[in-house]
Amino acid sequence: MFTPQTFASILPEILILVLAILILILEPFWKEDQRRNAGWLTAGGLIAAMIISLLFARPGEPTAVLGGMIRFDWLGFFFKMMFMFAGAATALLLMDHERAGRRGESYVLLLASLIGMNLMAVSSDLVMLYLAIETASIPLYILAGFLLNDERSTEAGFKYLLFGTVASTIMLYGFSLIFGFSGTTDLYALASIFSSGSISPLLAFGVLALIIVGLGFKLAIVPFHFWAPDVYQGSPTPIAGYLSTASKAAGFAVVVRLFFVSLPDFAPTWTLIFAALAAITMTVGNLLALPQTNIKRLLAYSSVAHAGYALIGVVAFSQLGAASVVFYLAAYIATNLLAFGIVMAFNRITGLEDITDYAGLSRRNPFLALMMLAAFLSLAGMPPFGGFVAKVFVFAAGVQANYTWLVIVGIINSIIGVYYYLNVLKYVYLYRMPNEDEDQNPVPLTRPYNIALVILTIGVILVGTVFAPWFGWSAEGAVLLFN
Amino acid sequence: MNFPILSIITFLPFVAGVIMLMMPATRKNEVRAVALATAVIDLLLSGWVYLQYLTQGMTGYQFIEQYNWLPQLGITLYFGVDGMSAPLVLLTGIVMFTGVLISWGNDDPHVMSGIQDRPREFFAFLFLLAGGVFGVFVSLDLFMLFFFYEIAVFPMYLLIAIWGWVKTREYAAMKLTLYLFIGSVVALVGALAMYWTQYQNTGILSFDMLQMESAGFSAQFQYIWFLPVFLGFAVLGGIWPFHNWSPDGHVAAPTAVSMFHAGVLMKLGAFAALRVGVMLLPEGAKQWSWLIMTFAGVAVVYGAYIAYVQTDLKYMIGFSSVSHMGLVVLGISTLNQTGLVGAGVQMFSHGVMTALFFAITGMIYDRAHTRMIPELGGIAKVIPIAAIGFIIGGLVSMGMPGFSGFVAEFPIFMGVWEEQWLVAVITSISIVITAAYIMKNIRQVFFAPMPEKLEGHIGDVTVLDKVAIVTLCLLMIGIGVFPSIMVPMVETGVGYIMNLLGGA
Repeated sequence: MFTPQTFASILPEILILVLAILILILEPFWKEDQRRNAGWLTAGGLIAAMIISLLFARPGEPTAVLGGMIRFDWLGFFFKMMFMFAGAATALLLMDHERAGRRGESYVLLLASLIGMNLMAVSSDLVMLYLAIETASIPLYILAGFLLNDERSTEAGFKYLLFGTVASTIMLYGFSLIFGFSGTTDLYALASIFSSGSISPLLAFGVLALIIVGLGFKLAIVPFHFWAPDVYQGSPTPIAGYLSTASKAAGFAVVVRLFFVSLPDFAPTWTLIFAALAAITMTVGNLLALPQTNIKRLLAYSSVAHAGYALIGVVAFSQLGAASVVFYLAAYIATNLLAFGIVMAFNRITGLEDITDYAGLSRRNPFLALMMLAAFLSLAGMPPFGGFVAKVFVFAAGVQANYTWLVIVGIINSIIGVYYYLNVLKYVYLYRMPNEDEDQNPVPLTRPYNIALVILTIGVILVGTVFAPWFGWSAEGAVLLFN
Repeated sequence: MNFPILSIITFLPFVAGVIMLMMPATRKNEVRAVALATAVIDLLLSGWVYLQYLTQGMTGYQFIEQYNWLPQLGITLYFGVDGMSAPLVLLTGIVMFTGVLISWGNDDPHVMSGIQDRPREFFAFLFLLAGGVFGVFVSLDLFMLFFFYEIAVFPMYLLIAIWGWVKTREYAAMKLTLYLFIGSVVALVGALAMYWTQYQNTGILSFDMLQMESAGFSAQFQYIWFLPVFLGFAVLGGIWPFHNWSPDGHVAAPTAVSMFHAGVLMKLGAFAALRVGVMLLPEGAKQWSWLIMTFAGVAVVYGAYIAYVQTDLKYMIGFSSVSHMGLVVLGISTLNQTGLVGAGVQMFSHGVMTALFFAITGMIYDRAHTRMIPELGGIAKVIPIAAIGFIIGGLVSMGMPGFSGFVAEFPIFMGVWEEQWLVAVITSISIVITAAYIMKNIRQVFFAPMPEKLEGHIGDVTVLDKVAIVTLCLLMIGIGVFPSIMVPMVETGVGYIMNLLGGA
């Protein structure tokens, strides 16, 4: 029963668990001012876990392991690597957070949610899927409200908890209905049961709607996005970055597997629902981003909009569509983490987070400004950064699937996006600090930021120029969804 | 395996840009030296490519390089030049070189000349732009063409917004970026449609443009998609009625960027519209050529008229660019041998001419601190070389025989006459208007008595400026006197296009 393959299939999670326990044991022995080193340990441990997994636990032929609870395949593996990369970057960014960085718990919670996300990407059973989603979510509720003496953070944590539990309950109801109709919870067995066509379209629509509500919350797509701006603004900035990237990508991992594998027979219904949601999400996200003055809220709405672009790939319901979603997420994770990391680094020195406060940044720290340029141009979809190629791929998938109207909506939206992203860069590069000399007000970076931000910048450029390997892995995973 | 000269030309500016960004901000002179060295190397390489093509009597696509980039989707790094693009590659090299000379700057805060504020970032962004431009001219892969096209667009925003003319730079930079971005994404949808239709027709998954020429797009398909693709690119070519961004952008931009912008970037639009629009969708081009010709005809006359009434020297040149780029598009819209050859030469000729105009305007503004034509006068006394350069540029602009403008404009009007004599008659009015505003302004700016305010405040230009002016002038005269150093080459490129148009 417990074969080497079973072991390999959950090796990354085992390693993360070991790492978390290690931190729990070591942390009390460290002095107060050494405790931030838990961040080095977390990041280093995650990178080591990635390397070990890549060397010894690479998936071969897709197989069901652990009694069909987990699907051991390339798609899940690639997602896991993305999550762990995001986790490592978040740990580095967290280190110099004034109040969260010196607490071992924050890293342990981060790792706990990472285990949940990893399992979300590979679950092949509704029960397992639900457990994984909860494992990923509960630590994040705590992390969002981590700053106890900060009202905004408490509000963020509480809001996230309320919205999150309601959404997941609704989704659970959807799962139970599926089980009631089909008598199985195995995602891969569901497809053949549903293909017999014994379920009325109306009921199917109801079930889909329930599930989409739950997952829509995870993806923060309109109209389930209300929590996002408040939560991102209130929670510690690195956690906001993590929520907007890894957590969102985990939601997409579930969407892709659940809908592509289990519900292909309802594809005409759900592609239409997702197409409508994608169009609304992009439009609302971008329009609401326009008037924002707080950079974290701007990034929150922009990340809502980005979920909309990625959904175009889901709507396409093709191999290229799935591959483009995965590729889009890879580019997006690196880019958005970079953006939030910069916001964090800037906020740590200045304590400010309005867009106008960024005036003169290009003189206060030219390198930080350059990295910000890379992040925002990538978000805007300009080459040679990852965002451009990712957008072209999802648009290509959309055109291929004859969703040209949706692609046109996406294009109009990316034009809106260019406007407000450039607007931020205008402050960074064009305006001067009012009444102050920039040379007297530098924005120095500590070592963890230097490492994390430079790696992320290189990542953003690599995804956008040498895109063959990333796309190759995405495509390899996507193929498995269709056989 | 031959020497990868086109990749070197294209990627060298990117590498240099990154190197400059890594250098300390205080080492301004070292940054400038790296910029100049890069520009010289690129100029020499592009000149070598041009001369090889010319002297070896090459035809078709040459200096081909092909590397797999993303085999799953048929994206390749596929470079090559033909008779159409080789002159444009050379043009980019020239403008890059002269642009660096003009922007050299100094560290004396009392003398305004070139780029003084953050030259490191300036040259780095300028070279990103240049690399993108080279990339578009040499790419034979549609995806890569878009990739480089977008790279060429976004540094423009920063270059104008940061170093531009304080009064209008924010507005102009944003307007320009949005116009160009809208144009390019509209064209991108068309390109994706072409990609998938080719896949349906032939089962080949490839962005290779030479492949796409024989993809067998139906007449219906071409009829629908030609306009979005052609106009999407032509926005950057400054085509009327989408030209509005261009004069504002030219005026707001710092001198070297105006040179790049009007000299090279607008050619990018016209070239891409020709390469992707006309060459891949020839049936669509035939059906819509009347509309393109109308737009271009309006641009030619309207641009010249608006240029005539301007009192700001830079706006005048900006609108004359609209007019002259209208001639390029007019030449393309004829879809015949004569007109296309004219368009090809005009792209080069206008690029050099307008770079010269903007360079001289920048020099005058730096010294007189005004560009309003009525406030200027007598500049010829203190900066004779600027006056000579401006007059030569003016003669080119009017299409005077013996200068490159004549070699370019004459065939365009002949080509138009072949298709539609009435349009040729109407558009040739622009020559008269052009002559009028050029002569009027040369008299006022250079030979009228100098206003007292300026007396004694204007010094001569630097040696670097002179080198730039002389280089540009020699090129224009050279082509005017010896058309054979360019025309036969462009003819081979046009011959290829005529095959596509005839064979469809």
